[in-house]
Amino acid sequence: MITLIDLPDGSTGTITAINGGYGLTQKLDDLGIHIGKEIIKVSRQWMKGPVIIRSGNMEIALGYGMARRIMVEIK
Amino acid sequence: MKILLIGNPNVGKSVVFNRLTGVDVISSNYPGTTIDYSKGYLNLEGERVELIDVPGTYTLEPTCKAEEIAVQLLNEGDVFINVIDATNLERSLNLTLQLIRHKKPMVIALNCFDETKHIGITIDVKKLEQIIDVSCIPTCALSGEGINELIERINEARTSGFVFDNMQRWNEIGKIINQVQIIKHKHHTFSETLRDVSVKPVTGIPILVFVLLTVFITIRFIGESLINYIFQPFFDSVWTPIMLKLSVFLSNPQVLHDLLIGKLVNGTIDYGQSFGLLTTGLFVPIGAVLPYVFAFYIVLALLEDSGYLPRVAVMVDTIMHKTGLHGLAIIPMLLGFGCNVPGALATRVLETRKEKFIAATLLSIAVPCMALQAMLFGLLGPYGIKGLGIVFGTLLIVWLILGLMLRRIIKGTSPEIFVEIPPYRIPYLKGAVKKTWMRLKWFIKEAVPFVLLGVLIANLLYTFGILQFIGKITAPVFIHFLGLPKEAAGALIMGFLRKDLAVGMLIPLHMTLKQLIVASVVLSMYFPCVATFAILLKELGIIDLLKSTLIMVLAALITGGLLNIILSVTLNQ
Repeated sequence: MITLIDLPDGSTGTITAINGGYGLTQKLDDLGIHIGKEIIKVSRQWMKGPVIIRSGNMEIALGYGMARRIMVEIK
Repeated sequence: MKILLIGNPNVGKSVVFNRLTGVDVISSNYPGTTIDYSKGYLNLEGERVELIDVPGTYTLEPTCKAEEIAVQLLNEGDVFINVIDATNLERSLNLTLQLIRHKKPMVIALNCFDETKHIGITIDVKKLEQIIDVSCIPTCALSGEGINELIERINEARTSGFVFDNMQRWNEIGKIINQVQIIKHKHHTFSETLRDVSVKPVTGIPILVFVLLTVFITIRFIGESLINYIFQPFFDSVWTPIMLKLSVFLSNPQVLHDLLIGKLVNGTIDYGQSFGLLTTGLFVPIGAVLPYVFAFYIVLALLEDSGYLPRVAVMVDTIMHKTGLHGLAIIPMLLGFGCNVPGALATRVLETRKEKFIAATLLSIAVPCMALQAMLFGLLGPYGIKGLGIVFGTLLIVWLILGLMLRRIIKGTSPEIFVEIPPYRIPYLKGAVKKTWMRLKWFIKEAVPFVLLGVLIANLLYTFGILQFIGKITAPVFIHFLGLPKEAAGALIMGFLRKDLAVGMLIPLHMTLKQLIVASVVLSMYFPCVATFAILLKELGIIDLLKSTLIMVLAALITGGLLNIILSVTLNQ
């Protein structure tokens, strides 16, 4: 299990845990990103910049701090 | 009857709204374009019904201002039209199920339905209707397909009898998706490749620099060409002769002549110096500013509809964080380059008071609107890159330094970026032209009366000696601290009303390059124009606005003073 930050660009992972408060979990959940969901990491910006993930036809950019709290199992 | 259009951000609610009502509201390819609701009317079997375009929301448990508005509006509606992005069915159904729990009659518009075929998604619409017990109408709002059917089938709106376990919403949605949607796996498409390279730092940063440079050069090229080949010739060869005839006709009484025509320079009209309502008053907004405003908005429309802006937000996020903002704050800033008013309104995309305060302050101080820029191009253009480069460079440095300071001083939190990135779409030219036209109409309606009023007030203040008086008492600041002639005070005062007009008032002062630069920077920074001020009052409240204003005035004076000293040495003036 690694964080979304460490998931290499272009690879797929399954979300295993979200180590955030209610706010983050809820925000992600509203968009259908929850435990068990398979996502692809598209890119990460330099210097602790945001991470972009893809799920189905949807892409989401989320801050470094949020990405660090999302644990994934690499596929 | 009241019908509400509800859906996730950026699913095309505003386009559906335009199609249904014929009322034009601005739509773009990024989430959060509609920050306030719009109202229109629709003829439904002879009955006039009200249609409301509700700001996009992912959930009925609001997390930001736009979502709050959405939820408040729900109770007022009699019928819901739930607009769904058919290419993102799973995500969209989350809101649909929440809406079903509201027990109001509704229908679903499966928008972007044409796109599903391109990306290999097949949706069994009949099956979906059966399961969730609501009529679903496939539409493509951009082309207008399915809109007539949507209108015809609004009367099928009914309260859904679909029962589900709300605690297990995503499970329920998963079950629905398994029954109605088939995704054929497709190879990486060109669009996906483009999506990827534009957000990977190695390729994305050069692309960003290239796009921004192209945007800037295109705007200047279009604006300058329009002025040189259309607007200036029109004023010189058509308007000037008319004004000269009028001038003879009005020679008595002098007062009316001075007010409408102003003073003649070497026997003819000088649009920079005559300062009459029909000469300078019309030339500034129409001859000098309008061409650039047009150029800006047409380029902005293409950029907005392409879907590139949220990617810009991602690329600049790290820098924006240093100023206590996040990447999305680039949208109010970019809009602010057109006009600070829509820029100030767009600060609503930011969540916290701290972010809004910083964004509004930086916007007012360091983002010159197109009207001001157009006049600066005219004023400093002849000096080449030196003049404009120093002005824009100074504003950029001020933006950064002030941002770094405000981030530390202002209390509150700066959340991280969290935004959906839409797919690229080829901008739809007709839509872009229409959007530009709407914004131009707005500009003409807002700007022309204000400039005319400004010319009138400036003339009155001069006639009664008030500007001269203010010039005298503020002379120490202007002459010794900023190194400007005391007459510049008049221009700065009129800058409260319109900054383009204020630059126009600097032209007759025949200042040196150093003075022009200092005056331009101070004018850009010290205060937003009155229209922006009114919006900020609403968005920030009086106390925060006063704080923000104090920062603006101090920053303008300090920067102006420093520039005066630095440029005295480097430019030898």
